[in-house]
This record gives sequence, C-alpha cells and structure tokens, in this order.
Amino acid sequence: MIQQIDYFVIAPPLVLAVVAGLVLLLDAFLPNLPRGKTALGLITLAGVLTALGFVVAQSASTGGPPMRTFCVPPNLQPQAALCSFVVDGFTLVFAGLVLVAAVVVVLMSMTELAGGGIPVGEWYFLLLCTLVGAVTLPASRDLIMLVVALELVSLPVFALTALKRYDGRSSEAAVKLFVVSVVSTAVMLFGVSLLYGVAGTVFLSRLAAVFSGRIPAPGVVEGAVPTADQSLPAVVTVGVVLVVAGFAFKIAAVPFHAWAADVYQGAPLPVAALLSVISKATGFAGLILVLVVALSGQAGTWAPIVAIVSALTMTAGNLLAMRQRSAVRLLAWSSVAQSGYILAPLAVGTPGAVGASTAYLVIYAAMNLGAFAVVLLVSRTAARNELDDYRGLVFRSPAAGVALAFCLVCLAGLPPGLAGLFAKVFVFREIVEGGTAWLALVMAVNTVIGLYYYAVWAARLFTPATEKALRPTPAIWPAMGLAVGVAILFSIAPQLVLDATALSAFG
Amino acid sequence: MMGWLPVAMLAVPLFGALALVISPQALRPALRAYGLILSGITLALAALLLATFDYARPAQMQFEVDFPWIPGLGLRFHLGVDGISLPLIALTALLTFLCFGYLSWAGGRASGQLMTARPRALVFTLLVLEVGMIGTFLALDLLLFFVFFEIVLVPMYFLIGIWGGEGRRAASIKFILYTLLGSVVMLLGLLLVWAQTGTLDVEALSAAHGSGMARSIQILAFVAIGVGLAVKTPMWPLHTWLPDAHTEAPTVGSVLLAGVLLKMGTYGFARIAIPILPEGAAAVAPWLGAFAVVGIVYGALACLAQRDLKRMIAYSSVGHMGFVLLGFATLTPTGINGALFANIAHGLITGLLFFLAGAVKERYHTADMPSLGGGMLATLPRLGSVLTFASIASLGLPGLAGFWGEMLALLGAFQPANGLPRGLFLTYMVIGGLGAVLTAAYFLVMLSRVTHGRPLRVTPVEAVDDRLVHETPDERPVVPLDSPQEGTATATLTAAPDTRDTRDTDDIKCHELLAWTPLVALILLFGLWPGLLLSLTTPAVQALLGAVS
Repeated sequence: MIQQIDYFVIAPPLVLAVVAGLVLLLDAFLPNLPRGKTALGLITLAGVLTALGFVVAQSASTGGPPMRTFCVPPNLQPQAALCSFVVDGFTLVFAGLVLVAAVVVVLMSMTELAGGGIPVGEWYFLLLCTLVGAVTLPASRDLIMLVVALELVSLPVFALTALKRYDGRSSEAAVKLFVVSVVSTAVMLFGVSLLYGVAGTVFLSRLAAVFSGRIPAPGVVEGAVPTADQSLPAVVTVGVVLVVAGFAFKIAAVPFHAWAADVYQGAPLPVAALLSVISKATGFAGLILVLVVALSGQAGTWAPIVAIVSALTMTAGNLLAMRQRSAVRLLAWSSVAQSGYILAPLAVGTPGAVGASTAYLVIYAAMNLGAFAVVLLVSRTAARNELDDYRGLVFRSPAAGVALAFCLVCLAGLPPGLAGLFAKVFVFREIVEGGTAWLALVMAVNTVIGLYYYAVWAARLFTPATEKALRPTPAIWPAMGLAVGVAILFSIAPQLVLDATALSAFG
Repeated sequence: MMGWLPVAMLAVPLFGALALVISPQALRPALRAYGLILSGITLALAALLLATFDYARPAQMQFEVDFPWIPGLGLRFHLGVDGISLPLIALTALLTFLCFGYLSWAGGRASGQLMTARPRALVFTLLVLEVGMIGTFLALDLLLFFVFFEIVLVPMYFLIGIWGGEGRRAASIKFILYTLLGSVVMLLGLLLVWAQTGTLDVEALSAAHGSGMARSIQILAFVAIGVGLAVKTPMWPLHTWLPDAHTEAPTVGSVLLAGVLLKMGTYGFARIAIPILPEGAAAVAPWLGAFAVVGIVYGALACLAQRDLKRMIAYSSVGHMGFVLLGFATLTPTGINGALFANIAHGLITGLLFFLAGAVKERYHTADMPSLGGGMLATLPRLGSVLTFASIASLGLPGLAGFWGEMLALLGAFQPANGLPRGLFLTYMVIGGLGAVLTAAYFLVMLSRVTHGRPLRVTPVEAVDDRLVHETPDERPVVPLDSPQEGTATATLTAAPDTRDTRDTDDIKCHELLAWTPLVALILLFGLWPGLLLSLTTPAVQALLGAVS
C-alpha cells in the first residue's frame, strides 16, 4: 500500500519544519558573530513568510473541493473519503492568522534576543516547531493528528518560557505551564480515548456520523434502535466533557485559567504574545473542530457547558484584570476575558457561530499583538513594567503611545477602535439571534467592566510624568506597525474579516 | 442630489483631526485658527444645508447617501436629513463653532488657558467629538447610529479627564462606564430588532411601523433601546453620572455635553425607538412618563439643594429632559413636537448657562454660590444681566425659547394618544406643572443669591448671610479654595491660592460676547416665533407617528 502525499497541501508546515532544522544547524556551525543573531532571525522570518506564501497560494487555488491528503486508500474505505489533513477555508484562515501573528512574534523576538542572555538558535528552533504544530492543527481531521499537533504547539512553549536562564520567575512559569499542560493533555486524551472507544474511529467526519446517529456505533446491534440518544452509552457524555475540559486548559477558560497571569508575567514577552495569540488560536481551532465538526450531534451536552464556561471566563478575567498593577498581568487576564467572548457564539450554535468566533479571534489577534509590541518596547526601560511606567508615554514616544492607546480602545470595543467594536457586534449578533438573553446580558456587563481597566490604562498614557527616554530598537517598529496597521485596516473595512471568516464555516 | 453635503460635514472635522495627528509640527503655529476654521467650514456647510433643504417636504429624507459598508453585517453607510434632524445638526455645528470661538478669541488671557494646556490635543478632541455628534443625527442605519453614538464617548472622556476640575478622574470614569453600559444594552435592543426584521435601515423600519415584530418583542426591544437612550438623556434614575461630569468638565465640555450630547439620547427616541417600535412605545409610555415627571420634580428639588452653580445647572438639565421625555411619552404630535422644541431650546439655553457658569468660575475662581456672595449686577452688570436672561429663559418665561417646548409637552399630556390612560397622564401634567413652578423657584433663588444683594468684600464661607444659604446637605464636599495643586494635575484651571486678590473683575469680554450673542439671539427668535421650528418638525412627527395615532 502506497500513500499518495500531496506535497503542495502540506507545504506550509513542511517549510516551517525544514527551516527549523536549518536554523538549528546554522546556529551550531556558523561562527559566533554578532551579526549571527540577526541573520538567524531573518532566516526564521523568511521561513515564516514562505509558509505564508504557500497559504496564500493554496487559498488562491481553492475553488472546488478542499484539498486533502493522508487519506485512507480507496480500496480500504467503503464510503466517503476519510482524510487526516484537509485544507479548506477554516484551515486557511487559521493558518494565515497564525503565520501573520508569527511574523509579529519573530520581529518581537529579534528585539528581545538583542538583549542577550537567551540562546538564539534554540529560541528560533523552538518557535518554528510551535508554528509547525499551529499550522498543522487546523488542518487535522482526525483525533490522533489533532492531539499530536496540539502537543507540538505546547511542548516547545515550555522550553521557550524557561529559556531566560537564571531567572526564578521564568523557571516557575515554565514549570507551572508544563504541569498544567500535561494534566490537560492527560484529561483530553482520556476523553479522546472514550470517544474512540464508543465510535470505533478517529476521523472527525465519521465521529460526527456516529454521534449524530446516522451510522450505528460499532458495539450496537444494527437496526436495533435508530435514535442517537438511546443507542449511545452514557460514557459519551463523560468523553465530551473531558475533551472540552482539556481544551479549556489551552484557552485558559475558567476553571482552568489560574495559570495565565503567572506564566505570561514570567515568560519572555514574545512568548507571552505567542501564548495569548498563537497558542490560543490553535486551542480554539481544536475546540471548534472537535465540537462543531465531530460532536455536533452532541450539542445538547456541550452547548450549555460552553455557555456557562464562557460567562464565567469573561467575568473572572475582567474582575481579575481590574486589580492588576502590572501591564503584562493585566493583558493576561484581559486575554482570559477575551477568550470568554470568543467562546460565547459557540455556545449558541447558530449557523454563523464559527464565523463570528473566528472573526473575533482574528481581530483580537491584531489588537492584542499591537498592545504586546508596545509593552515590549516599554519593558526595555522599565523592568517591572507596571502601569505607572506608562505615564506620559505619548509625550516620550508619540507613535508608541498612540498605538497602545488605539489597541486598548480596540480591546475595549469603542470607537475609534472600530475593529474591536465590530468584533463585539459580531458576537452579540449571534447571541441575540440564538436567543440566549442571559449570556448577552452577562457579556454586556463584562464589556463595561473591561472598559474600566482599559480606560484607566489609556488615561495614564496621556498624563505627563518625569521624562524617561525609551530605548527603541529597530525591529520593534515593524512588529508594532504590522499589528496596529492590521487593526486599523480592520477598523475601516471589517468586511475583510467577515469575507475571510465566512469561508471558515463548515458547509 | 446634494448627497455630498452630509458626507462633507463628517469629512471636514474628521480629516481635520487626522491632519493634526499626521503633521503636528506644520499646524502648530496656526492651531488657534485651525480649529476655528474647520468648525467654521462645518458651520458653513450646515448653513448651506439649511439653505438648500426643501422646506416643502420636511417629513421626507433629503440629502440621502446610501452605500454598503459592511455587507456581512448588513451595515450600510446611510445618511440623510429631515425636519427632525436638521435643527439638531445646525445646533451642533453652531455650538461647536462657538466653543472654538470661545477658546480661540480669548487670546492669551485667562480663558485661553485651555488652549495653552495641550492645545493640539484639545482641538483634536473637539473635532472628533463633532464627527460623532453630527454623525449621530445624520445616521439612518441602526448600527451606524450606534457607531456614531459611541464615537463621542472617548473624546468626552478625555475632555473631562484631562482638562477637567479636581475630581475629574472619577467623574470621567463614571461618565464613560455609565454611558457605555447604556449603549451596550441599546446595542442588544438594536440587534434584537435586526434579528426579527432582518434589516437595519431606519427608513424601511419606520415605514413598516413595527410590523413583523410581535408585541412582546417590541416591548423588550423598546426597553433595551430606551435604557441606552435614557442613560444618555439622562432620565431619572439613570442620571447620576451627569452632575459629576458637568461639574468637572471644562466650560466647552459642559456646553457640548448639555447642548448636544444629551440631545443624542432624546433624538434616538424620536428617530428609532418610537417609530420603529410603536407597540412597544405604547406599552412602555406610561412608565416613561412616570420616570419623566419624577425626573422633573427630582431635578428641581435637587437644584434647590445645590451650592455649586455648575452642579445646579446640571441638575436643571435633568428636569428639562424630564419635560422632553414626558412629551415623547404622550405619543401625540403635540407632545413630540414639544419635546423636539424643548430639545433645541434646552441646547441653546443650557449651552449659554454653562458658558456663563464658566465665565463666573473664571472670574471668581469658584462656582460655589455662597462664596460668590451676590451683587453681580452691581459689580459685573453685563455678565449679571446675561445670567439673569439665561435663567429666566431656562425657567420658561413666555416669549423666550424655554417656554414653548414645556408648554406643548404638558399640553400633550393633557390629551395623550388613544390607548394611553388619560387620568394617569393628567396626573403627570399636574406634577409636571408643579415641577415648572419649582424650576422657577430654584432659578429665582439662584439669582437672588448671585446677582442680587450686596457684593461681598470679605469672603470666608462662614460669613455668608445665613438666610440665603439653605441648610440642606451638600452632595459633595466643597473643595477648599486653597487646596494645593496636585502633582498629577495637568491643566487644572481652578488652582488659585488666593481668590479675591487675583479676582478678575472684567465684565463681559469681547470673545465672550461673540460666543454668546448668537445664542441669545436664537433664544429670543425661537421664543417669539416658535412656528419657525414647529413647521419643520410637525410633518416629520406626523409621519413617524403614522402607526400610533
């Protein structure tokens, strides 16, 4: 039996993996020049951009059916094609989001690494490995590939967090992240194995057929009871809950949110940005794939759980963020709260739910990365990085100050940050259409709570303070410019996001 | 035809503000004139709008612009002007221009302090504010209306938070949180309308008069939208952000807040809530009326208890807006006409009152009425006269603009729309009338304290004539006059260690005269010739009430 592999389909992760190996080799064999750091960064950047180019090419060439590879050979499968790796609208949107965010993260890394103290080759190698996972995950259409990709995203991040050697906070953060992540993986694997045990398949499309009752589960006598509720054992519910819990760790949803602030604060800032955008996006991609594609027949079980988790997540995140004095911790809790908003449409289950969640995620990525870029810039001079260090930023560095103010206003969801406003409108619209009034009210109140800390922070930017010149580093400006530019673009033309994410809905 | 005019009215201040960001250095020398010129162009465009408006058919939308912005949301960039929005647009352009004039013509003197403390940011803020205000009155798409409604929040937050008084931080936070909560609830209501009807177009929805929505849905949507608008209006008991915001805001902030921002709430009732949800309006109207009359009486009583001039004027807004809401609650052409008239009148009169309060504060370095000590007509005769004029206009003297709106609102309550309990509305009318008497009472008390009497030579607060100070608890501790300036203060205007010695005893200055004359003239004009405004609103109101009456 020979597997036919369509290399064009798997080009983006392949390119990233090759570049990851290349970076490691170059780091080992190149002479240790001061220029070497920048060179490795540029090579990484080129790799990411090449992968992005392949994603664009794929999206240009998809007109007909989705491209797929790693399929079960036709002689072994009786019905429709079962494939592990599928490139459709959903995959392309998430891969594009991850890679554009990765460009910003790489540029931020170049600033962070210029300070020294962090081994450069290892850093870029681990970063690229994470990206391989993050690009593979949205394309995965079977449970095993999904879990492997998710681990590929998580494992290098522990190491990245700990790479700032001889730093107590950093090591603590790494250990915390490691323990939490391993536990969540274990929980999820248990859930996955239960689902596999019931359905007898790992392919998501076949799982969907089994759990919605179209195909009898293997253990059930054929033709005995046709309805889904009676033919499936109760253990399915346990499996669904465990899988949801596993992903809840990844996206830092309540009650598995406690790690966020410590880890974000301890990790180097580019890693915190990576955690809050790339890692979170892959977590949501996996969650959407499992819930909407594989378990849509079980929506009665998971929809109320997701609704409650979403309400608790946004509330807890916002309330905790109000009390923070450190900029990074505030962003950590605010990103927990934003996870809650992204989850909300999924709980409603309207046809446009996936599109709304994805649209919010895309806009959130742009504005959050913009905020992180400015925070990184300020952290060069203010080691503690507290909110008070941002006093008078618009006078010291008008561009950075205005950019941060814009990103904060966007995150709060007010004009002139129209991108954030429309992102919230997308979500509200799905909730109202789905008729979940209580969730809409909880989210409305949370929007107001969220505004409080964003507004207080933004006001600090405009209050004069003692002059403390920033030490700007060249690589941070393109990073900031890219993120903020995208946020401004989305503010003027939100239709772009909608057009892209409309593709992500599973027809 | 002429569709470019509304777009230009938005584009001029918007691009003016953007130019300030893009090329700050080039514009720095001409900053004073810059804001004045841009708002002047906008005012000229508004004048052109007034001149070319087809007065033969004020009920129809004119100057329409309509093209898709976000098709995925069904959001269209749909602007238009009719008899209801035209006066408000003109009022906004006028007040903004006068505010810029007040700031720029002041030169380097006392009231020019605002322009010396970060002038570029101030001009930027005011221009963005103007975009939001005019856009709200132009928008004919539910979500577009919401977007413009929200645009004003951030500039107003910074206007209060940067250029405000001592308590500015708390006041600005309170303002933005309160209004955002209201507008998010309003957004839910708007989306509910969208979910039921599938369109966001205000014209289409108004023409449908609520068909396609069940009564329960209409009530729910009306309450949600109404709460959002009522926070902005503000309606008792959602008014508590207003006194703090007004007291702490700088003069131009107060003028625009009272003159225009409050109108955005009431305009929303006339444009969206009542025409789109007639059944919901009919069901909720008695409650709206009840809150309105409570607001009238509460506002008046609160005013009687105030010591601070700005705070008193702020509370008087609560009362006046009560009349406007009562007019809407009657759901009759008379009542709504009255409400729209009172809306404009309040914008002119209260705008003038806040200008005057700012002028008083600038001269006496306090707005605390007992410390002012009376005798203004003797010491500053012109300022005292204009203050007296504005006060009696505000209390509703016939012949001035304040009278007609409140009279018509009460008249509407005498004969409310069919289906509304008449006895209840008669009670509202009686209570409202009582409130009008109380309004007269507190303005006269204020005048007797400030403009009449003998001017004080020595000013300790304890030495004020006891008979004139009402022994009511103050809602907020009076800020000691000699409090040291805080380190965080950026542009605080009130810090003056010794009030009387530095007291600026100039009477009305040239720039003040220029800023106030148009307002005084319009108050007289609309007071003597109310038909001018009513002929504009009447057909539009009849069209929007098509389903109710």
